[in-house]
Amino acid sequence: MLRRKAGKLVWGAAAAFALGGVLVGVAHAQDESIIVQSTTSTANSGLYDHLLPIFEEKTGIKVNVVAVGTGQAIKNASNGDGDVLLVHAKPAEEKFVADGFGVERFDVMYNDFIFVGPPADPAGVKDAGSVSEALEKIAGAEAPFASRGDDSGTHKKEISLWKTAGIDPTEASGSWYRETGSGMGATLNAAVGMGAYAMTDRGTWISFKNKGDYEIVLEGHDNLFNQYGVILVNPEKHPHVKAEAGQSFIDWILGDEGQDAIADYKLDGQQLFFPNAK
Amino acid sequence: MQDFAQSFYLAFQLVASANPDLVEIVLLSLKVSLSAVFLSVLIGLPLGAAIGVARFPGRNAVIVLVNSLMGLPPVVVGLLVYLALSNAGPFGWMRLLYSPAAMIIAQTVLITPIVAALTREIVEQLNDEYAEYFRSLCLPRHRALAAYLWDARFNLLTVGLAGFGRAVAEVGAVIVVGGNIDHLTRVMTTAIALETSKGDLALALALGLVLMVIALSVNALVMMMRGTATRTAYA
Repeated sequence: MLRRKAGKLVWGAAAAFALGGVLVGVAHAQDESIIVQSTTSTANSGLYDHLLPIFEEKTGIKVNVVAVGTGQAIKNASNGDGDVLLVHAKPAEEKFVADGFGVERFDVMYNDFIFVGPPADPAGVKDAGSVSEALEKIAGAEAPFASRGDDSGTHKKEISLWKTAGIDPTEASGSWYRETGSGMGATLNAAVGMGAYAMTDRGTWISFKNKGDYEIVLEGHDNLFNQYGVILVNPEKHPHVKAEAGQSFIDWILGDEGQDAIADYKLDGQQLFFPNAK
Repeated sequence: MQDFAQSFYLAFQLVASANPDLVEIVLLSLKVSLSAVFLSVLIGLPLGAAIGVARFPGRNAVIVLVNSLMGLPPVVVGLLVYLALSNAGPFGWMRLLYSPAAMIIAQTVLITPIVAALTREIVEQLNDEYAEYFRSLCLPRHRALAAYLWDARFNLLTVGLAGFGRAVAEVGAVIVVGGNIDHLTRVMTTAIALETSKGDLALALALGLVLMVIALSVNALVMMMRGTATRTAYA
């Protein structure tokens, strides 16, 4: 008799947990909430942790951020798995809207890309007068360079810079040109680990905690500008999109309150993102 | 070396202060993985037992298939479940993507083959041993099967633990279907992946230590129940 009881206890406990898990799922699904498909660079920098409580307090709308590479974020949004898209690859964003997946694209904010590298600077990137010259020096010295290689906004930008410099680094893929196929932070971890140069957005770099002795080796050039855009996923394409709640998030982030909140976000005394909604 | 010391300190601090975020993440991890274990036992146990005692053409092929499914890469399971639950997929209307329910489904798919394959192994061995004896007693098939499962209950508990270990430790599936959303679908492993990508290796390792302690506690708890059950059984 007793041993039966013990057996029942185990399964009873398991059943209770299972039921609890399912109930939690249902409870969350019923809250007023939207899904924002966004990038690792904005999420890893801590920007959303700063912005979203302010928005949620004001409107009562819970914002759930899925942070993936820009390429994957756009793909997920095209499948209708999100209500708002906030990424940084303007041509891809415009195509998203042109294909009917998005309603309209708005500029939200910008920061800039920088190159980081070991303090010894083996390729002499610090002396370069332009981004193209810097890339030529890296390729010429065959100094290790860690690329995202994941079709993200940062990766797309990096490819366009190589193209402008007239270099095809993928020919050296696996030797000095190393495509990690991972997020920004993981790529920086790899770069620091193997003494490679890397291109990153400034926000991720400032908030990144595993810098080692790495330094910024290139910054401040016009073509290192990094623009973020926000788009409402088209409810005509995907009828279940929470258009009203999504639009109120977009209106808020483009309005004075949201823009000021972006400007207010500082880490180590440095502003990470610069609002520029029109 | 400093990272290790710092991680242990951080882990201790997190647990000692009962950090509310950590508690939430730990509870969700347990809920998702234990629910997945429960469901996979519900499916995998009868399935494995049936394969264990039944004789049919192509049985060996089925066994090979189930055994190899034990090695399913979590990220592949995540992708399959994502494509199924996506709003562009066949089950999009259920609106389950990016919810704990989606994570439970993914982990259930991941560990059901483990439960089925190991159950099959255990039941088949018992069947080899007792099938003739039971036949001589004219015991019906289902009664024999029930006797096997009851006899093997402690081994089956270990099967459940193997499934739980795999479920609670995987990151590939839950990060794709759950999205690692703060306060909604963030579990221990996805939080560890996130802190690693932020470069906060000490905090990531500290979370890893906490996860290991949880796995240890669950195993110890089951062991204790088993000990109690065994003692009372022969008292």
